[in-house]
Amino acid sequence: MSLIGAPVRRVEDARFLTGRGRYVADMTLSRMLHVAFLRSPYAHARIVSIDTRRARELPGVAACVTGDELAPCARPIRAESKMAGYRATEFPALARGKVRFAGEAVAAVLAESRYAAEDALEAIDVRYETLPVIATPEAAMAGDATLVHEAAGSNVLLSRAFVQGDAEAAIARAPVVVGGRFRFHRHAGVTLENRACLADWDAGARELTLWSSTQVPGLLRETLAELLDLPAHRLRVVAPDVGGGFGVKSALYPEEVAVCALARLAGRPAKWVGDRREDLLTSTQAWDETIEAELAVHADGTISALRARVVADVGAYSIHPWTASIEVIQVISFLPGPYRVPHYRGEGWGVATNKAPMGPYRGVGRPVSTFVTEALMDRAARRLGIDPVELRLRNLLRPDELPYRSPSGVVWDSGSFVESLERARDVAEYERVRAEQRRGRDAGRYVGIGVACYVELTGVGSAIPASPGAAINTGTEGATIRVDPGGTVTASFGLACHGQGHETTLAQVVAEELGAQLENVRVIHGDTAAGPAGTGTYASRSAVIGGGAAMLAARALREKALAIAAHLLEVAAGDLTLADGRASVRGAPDRTLTLREIARAAYAGAKRLPKGMEPGLEATRFYDPYFGTASNATHVAVVEVDPETCAVVVRRFVVVEDCGRIINPLIVEGQAIGGTAQGIGAALLEEIVYGDDGQLLTGSLLDYLVPTAAEVPAIEVVHLERPSPTTLGGFKGVGEGGTIGAPAAVANAIADALAPLGVEISELPVTPERLFRLISPGGRPLR
Amino acid sequence: MRDPVTVRLRVNGVECQGRCEPRKLLVDFLREDLGLTGTHVGCEHGICGACTILFNGEAARSCIMLAVQADGAEILTVEGLMQNGKLHPLQEAFREHHGLQCGFCTPGMLITALDLLQTNPSPTEGEIREGISAVLCRCTGYHGILKAVEAAARTMREA
Repeated sequence: MSLIGAPVRRVEDARFLTGRGRYVADMTLSRMLHVAFLRSPYAHARIVSIDTRRARELPGVAACVTGDELAPCARPIRAESKMAGYRATEFPALARGKVRFAGEAVAAVLAESRYAAEDALEAIDVRYETLPVIATPEAAMAGDATLVHEAAGSNVLLSRAFVQGDAEAAIARAPVVVGGRFRFHRHAGVTLENRACLADWDAGARELTLWSSTQVPGLLRETLAELLDLPAHRLRVVAPDVGGGFGVKSALYPEEVAVCALARLAGRPAKWVGDRREDLLTSTQAWDETIEAELAVHADGTISALRARVVADVGAYSIHPWTASIEVIQVISFLPGPYRVPHYRGEGWGVATNKAPMGPYRGVGRPVSTFVTEALMDRAARRLGIDPVELRLRNLLRPDELPYRSPSGVVWDSGSFVESLERARDVAEYERVRAEQRRGRDAGRYVGIGVACYVELTGVGSAIPASPGAAINTGTEGATIRVDPGGTVTASFGLACHGQGHETTLAQVVAEELGAQLENVRVIHGDTAAGPAGTGTYASRSAVIGGGAAMLAARALREKALAIAAHLLEVAAGDLTLADGRASVRGAPDRTLTLREIARAAYAGAKRLPKGMEPGLEATRFYDPYFGTASNATHVAVVEVDPETCAVVVRRFVVVEDCGRIINPLIVEGQAIGGTAQGIGAALLEEIVYGDDGQLLTGSLLDYLVPTAAEVPAIEVVHLERPSPTTLGGFKGVGEGGTIGAPAAVANAIADALAPLGVEISELPVTPERLFRLISPGGRPLR
Repeated sequence: MRDPVTVRLRVNGVECQGRCEPRKLLVDFLREDLGLTGTHVGCEHGICGACTILFNGEAARSCIMLAVQADGAEILTVEGLMQNGKLHPLQEAFREHHGLQCGFCTPGMLITALDLLQTNPSPTEGEIREGISAVLCRCTGYHGILKAVEAAARTMREA
């Protein structure tokens, strides 16, 4: 049986289950100092003066550093992009001149303990002169608005449009046009591990090591080398065990720059471990878009045109490498979804405000685009009196139409869109739920069923930037595989893992392709000193691109191992098989060599090798899928709404997903369910709220609600497993999809439940308060 | 800042002592003074449950307790679950049923599940959901955790 596709139990679990995981916060270096950041209490203010004298003199304090003092050691992060009309901004490690959001770091203390460092923060005197707070994109775009970044010249940092055909004309002549103004509020990723980093400067070797809870160690190394004016080969970035990422840890943060510079200044290791309040204040947040959209359909329900205007609140800074464009561009790229949309116009604006920066979060843009498009599909279905599943079936791209170039230029290489919807409809017992719904309505119960179909681009190759114009190639990863002299296998990757189980899945790929025993393969990741050049793990790329690189390197090694074995056994290489750590002569099962014996020969020098063969048994290969591949799914939610309490209970949730060839079904299921749980949280609970003064009102986990086991329903997952025709191995990405479909399915289910009341869901999350206002505009309960 | 005080307690069956400021959190004492970094800090305000330990036999949040409050106490952390080199049935079940991904909530989740099964050896699915709702997991959607706790309950009943 192939190891690829086997439900192998994870090798990394042993350490996590016994408390032996090693996260940044767990690390201690000798002479290590603890860093605490003084954070701005104001959303927008000029820094008049900072006096650190009292703080410096407190016991246990080694240093107290301001932005101006740090500036000579660390350049500001500048999020560049080649995108036309984009305005780059600078994000200093510590604020200089002014602060642009509440929580921005203004000064740093280095002390013998975190307790002493926090004591010293209270002894720093900062004088601020407050500035008008830009709390909304509307305010930011007003003619006389104060600029968040004077140097940018405008609060509108970017704008872009994707146009195909003539959406205006098509909408004007369409028999049915549905539309709405949609709002998906601000969201926080809430990794269980807060961000943390530890830097160690070796003054003798002039080398710096940074351990960071990051998804992108390779990217950090290249960028930090520039910002710190240090050659990259003197810089090592390690992502040890990382407690969740979800995109939130995929950008370079100012704390990472600051901690490196502080360790260098102090000549001692410096560690910062963010607390939850810092995380909610400063980690990148997601969505926060307002979408005005119209969908035009013919009388038979087929789509004629889609038009959308999307305004994104991108917060105070554009982040590296994704820039402030990441969310809004994805929304306008993916609004047409898996459907045939002849005419499309999608316009987007990214607008700076005095809030935490916007960044990528699981699904990036597509939870928003799917919410909008799927809501419009249901509205069109209701208007036409066509069942919403039937309407979708009339519009979904069929296999014979693929590959298909979407209106925004994305190529869908393949997909099982129709099959996934039909299967989801059957698994969820759609007709039975409809019958139950009718009976329930007679009895005053509000049951609804909501469907969401989506397609996402995963394993994005170099031809299509994950973030247009951004200074990163997301399309390439490498694998270095070494058969050690003793016959074990060490496989190193530029990827970084934060829960995905790469140590297991990539070992499965390597063992299968090389012909090694699984228990003899060790995967190393997240260390720029150990693996080939790469960027990290994000954008549902690691199985596709890392897996592809693993296959290429393993195949190269297999070929060499077979050549050595053939030489030693005096047979033709074509007569040999290599599996389970053993090369065997076909038809002569007693003539075998173990991988250990082959490795020993490989490192024994030229005398034991075929003439002219280079010694050693190690290969590095890089892989670039060039375009990337389409993953798709259908989500079906069955909800019941209590009209008195406005509580929404998700009674059933079905996911029919196609992530191509599956490496490990346990892990695919874990990703699909975990992503869906996050999507359900986004639909019903999770919302970052700022006051008009730019103060974060949801700065704790009492205020920002993450779903617990009591809120997440049982989620049934069906795998279609239609291998990608375009990627090596047939793999497609699976990390983000759950979060893309779930908000739309839940929103549609609630709207469906409340259809007798004429309620439409245009705003997420659907909190009880919002629902109360929707179903009882006069403020009275329904019954 | 006040002068350090001595804290004596029994952790995972071993007598321990350390000197710390009276304001030091129990979780920081366990992690920094005793080197037991398996207990994690996720929120420092008693919501996420990553820091859950058994305190005199009952689940407690070590991030909202002071180390001095634990003087004389008996504490179990994730490091004490393994016995004689063998994984605890809960640990085995979490591995078997893919009850963890990033591993950060896992120590608190294991201890919370242990507390649940000590008081209710045969919980229903609803009781497990309620029991482990004291700990946030952001990765798994709780599916594998529920299956693992059910399986461990069976194993522990049969043992």
